[in-house]
Amino acid sequence: MQHHTQTIWNDSESEGNEPLLSEKRLETVEIEDTGLPDDLTRDSLELPELSEPELARHYTRLSQMNYGIDSGPYPLGSCTMKYNPKFTEDIAALPTASAHPDRDADSVQGILEVYHELQGYLAEIGGMDAVTLQPPAGAAGEYAGLLVTKAYHEENGEGEQRTDVIIPASAHGTNFASAALVGYNVIELPEDDDGRVDLDALDAAVDDSTAALMLTNPNTLGLFERDIEEIASLIHDAGGLLYYDGANLNALLGRGRPGDMGFDIMHYNVHKTFATPHGGGGPGAGPIGVSEELERFLPDPHVRESGDGDGYELATPEKTVGKVHGAKGNWLVLLKAHAYISRLGYEGLQDASAKAVLNANYLASQIDLEIPFEPFHHEFVASGGEQDAADFAKRMLDYGVHPPTTKWPGIVSEALMTEPTEAESKTTLDQLAEAFNAVTGEDDDALEQAPDQTSVKRIDQTIAARDPILSWHGLDD
Amino acid sequence: MSRKTTLTSRAEEIYAESDGTPYAPHTESQVDEMLSAIGADSVEELFDIPESIRYDGEFDIESASEQETRQQLTETLSKNETPTEFLGRGYYAHYVPSIVDHISQRSEFITSYTQYQPEVTQGFLQVLFEYQSLLAELTGLEIANCSMYDAATALGEAATLAARLRQTSGSRVLVPDYLRAERRSVLENYVDGADMTVSEFATDDGVTTVEEIERAIDDDVVMVHLETPTPDGIIEENLAEIGSLLEDRDTLFCLGSDPVALSVLQSPGEVGADIVVGDASVLGLPAAYGMGLGLFACREEFLRQVPGRLVGVSEDSDGTRSYTLTLQTREQHIRRERATSNICTNQAWVALRTAIHAAYLGPSGLVALAEECHRLPEQLATRLDEIDGVTAPIRDRHHFREFQARLEPDARDVAEELNENGFAIHALDADTIQICVTDANADAVDDLVRSVEEVMA
Repeated sequence: MQHHTQTIWNDSESEGNEPLLSEKRLETVEIEDTGLPDDLTRDSLELPELSEPELARHYTRLSQMNYGIDSGPYPLGSCTMKYNPKFTEDIAALPTASAHPDRDADSVQGILEVYHELQGYLAEIGGMDAVTLQPPAGAAGEYAGLLVTKAYHEENGEGEQRTDVIIPASAHGTNFASAALVGYNVIELPEDDDGRVDLDALDAAVDDSTAALMLTNPNTLGLFERDIEEIASLIHDAGGLLYYDGANLNALLGRGRPGDMGFDIMHYNVHKTFATPHGGGGPGAGPIGVSEELERFLPDPHVRESGDGDGYELATPEKTVGKVHGAKGNWLVLLKAHAYISRLGYEGLQDASAKAVLNANYLASQIDLEIPFEPFHHEFVASGGEQDAADFAKRMLDYGVHPPTTKWPGIVSEALMTEPTEAESKTTLDQLAEAFNAVTGEDDDALEQAPDQTSVKRIDQTIAARDPILSWHGLDD
Repeated sequence: MSRKTTLTSRAEEIYAESDGTPYAPHTESQVDEMLSAIGADSVEELFDIPESIRYDGEFDIESASEQETRQQLTETLSKNETPTEFLGRGYYAHYVPSIVDHISQRSEFITSYTQYQPEVTQGFLQVLFEYQSLLAELTGLEIANCSMYDAATALGEAATLAARLRQTSGSRVLVPDYLRAERRSVLENYVDGADMTVSEFATDDGVTTVEEIERAIDDDVVMVHLETPTPDGIIEENLAEIGSLLEDRDTLFCLGSDPVALSVLQSPGEVGADIVVGDASVLGLPAAYGMGLGLFACREEFLRQVPGRLVGVSEDSDGTRSYTLTLQTREQHIRRERATSNICTNQAWVALRTAIHAAYLGPSGLVALAEECHRLPEQLATRLDEIDGVTAPIRDRHHFREFQARLEPDARDVAEELNENGFAIHALDADTIQICVTDANADAVDDLVRSVEEVMA
């Protein structure tokens, strides 16, 4: 594989690669004559004071020490790091997209039309009856969905009784944390030997205290839960609701819809499936879709067509759970998702899933590691075997690629959860496979000392946690 | 069953004949090569979905070219009216310098994921560390995380932190009567899951007094929340006294504010605040229909209870200073149902924009901007007060960015007429309007004053 390195200019002596802004020029401004009484103001403010050219170099330098999708393949399992189309950024930057959240509905009809159309698109894609765009991330979608769950059971007079949310062991950590945030007990469900939901264990776990089962499908092993109809019956017969975690929806576009499988509530991760940029951790958006009988519980406000059919309005659902975001969610992210979906249409969306699943299967066929569970879809989990998965990932960095998600789910030893997405070409997948296979052949020493082709070498996690330094103020001594 | 089989093969047909997604680089011959390497005859064969639940339709969503998509959405968004906004109440716009857009749009930043491999994400980690440092300086607290979703969810997270710290008895959060209803609704959902409730205290002529807190508080209260400036645009005046009262009572003091206001106002750490929340996107993001950046800072003693991601300093194997996400055992991907929060995806890219904007201003620029935010509303209020039928400001307090005015004719009618003249303001009730003025709309103040004169005449 090819490596290109370039000398990067550094304008001062520092312990790090690029000095902190505070190490370049720190200035203290005395606060006086503000027009406010002295006892209401601070004495001084000490922050970096730099010119725009200096800042442009600082941040450009930092960007050069950062790996994005546009830098190379990014096969992080369950994260769906697909290409982020540039034109969506230009749409989000339109001056007409900018508005204060308290503007009258009448004066932001364009925004509300985008909301309403996107609600419709997502409902159709997921097979749900109604969609809210308010949750600002996937975990916030889970949280909103569980608030709806709670409101539903409370309305049925079963709020006290239904205390449990059942979650498979291999699920995303947010499922567990969201259930706890709503006040539910979590019942963890072991997988069957084939990597799917253990129906006997589920049967034993379900009773009249079950509020919901949260399920990712395909699951984090990339396997489709083939027994989903039986699972849905089990949960529904017991009076519970079935929740779909949309993290892996990129596997199913145009071929399977959670609503058709019996799911009552689902969230969509638009920053995964619908190509809005991850932005170094966010913002995303986590809209939720629900069945018709749950629509009245959706967060406030809900965008709908106005009574006269001539435009859109903000309405309060009859039994709303209230709010999960101070305003109406991450608007600019939702706008980018709308742009992506309307660009691709049905044909493009179903093709995205086809190519994502093709890519995962092809990459898997080219690497030497054992992949214990199949048939997988858009992602697979390979086993590092005797090799430590975290070390394996660090060594992959030296081959110029981003490694997979590691050490999760626990059912695969030294798990390497790999999701190449549809955005990679065969050539890139071959290079990625080459990196996997090269590392597979290396000894523990090489792995433990990796990486050495990166802007810094292996970072010691224990130093950071033992005596945490969380701001430049802590570096003074 | 046979119907579905037919339609499944329809999907296959479309796949074969369409250009599909423009964001996948495969040529037809590569697809064939890949299939043969896998040992499959078709892509559809790779989908293990039972026939009974296979989707047999087509979404009613037409694909379009990039140009068409841009045209369509541009046209849709042009249906928005474009008044000059004099709106605030917790959501503020300042002029965002060009460098913010240009740097934040660099692919290496915007297309990257969370920094789980710190060796290849030092750039973003350093920006987030600098962002945390900025907030530590502004809040006077030792710890700031690298973002929550918005001010409302940051307040909710503060309350759940209080719940985790509480001794056996506490079960209430006290909030001021001026708290926005939307924020209160978010807060109520968070506290409900922790078996707590929210109750309200009254303010005295727009500010919180020690007497009102003393009247409302009891041993049941685990946290008291205040905001400065308040959503009514008033700077709180008794924070130090309230801080010491709450310290004596061992009750958490959560203060809402923002980075511009904090550039000149009393340091929250010095007045005894334990937690600071708010919207940090007042720097870095233009009005985005309420999309924000949740500021969350707190005292060092709550380190293990902080929600969200933290960037810390470490060393690499050569001893070079480096940055990494740290104390991750607090977080959902490790601690699951015992995590300090469920947050995973956050607002990191907005934090990047805020950090760049703050660095662009520097301390002197921040202070100058904050002083302007105090001066502009006081000047505008004085001018409006000279108009017959207008009393502005209503309260003799110190204002920041905005103020309320009382009108003789119906305030809602006046707001509507101003809207027709191209100015959006808040109409709070039949007598009261609220006007927000910053560097972003200051150039339109003369026009607004003229328009108010006309409408009131």
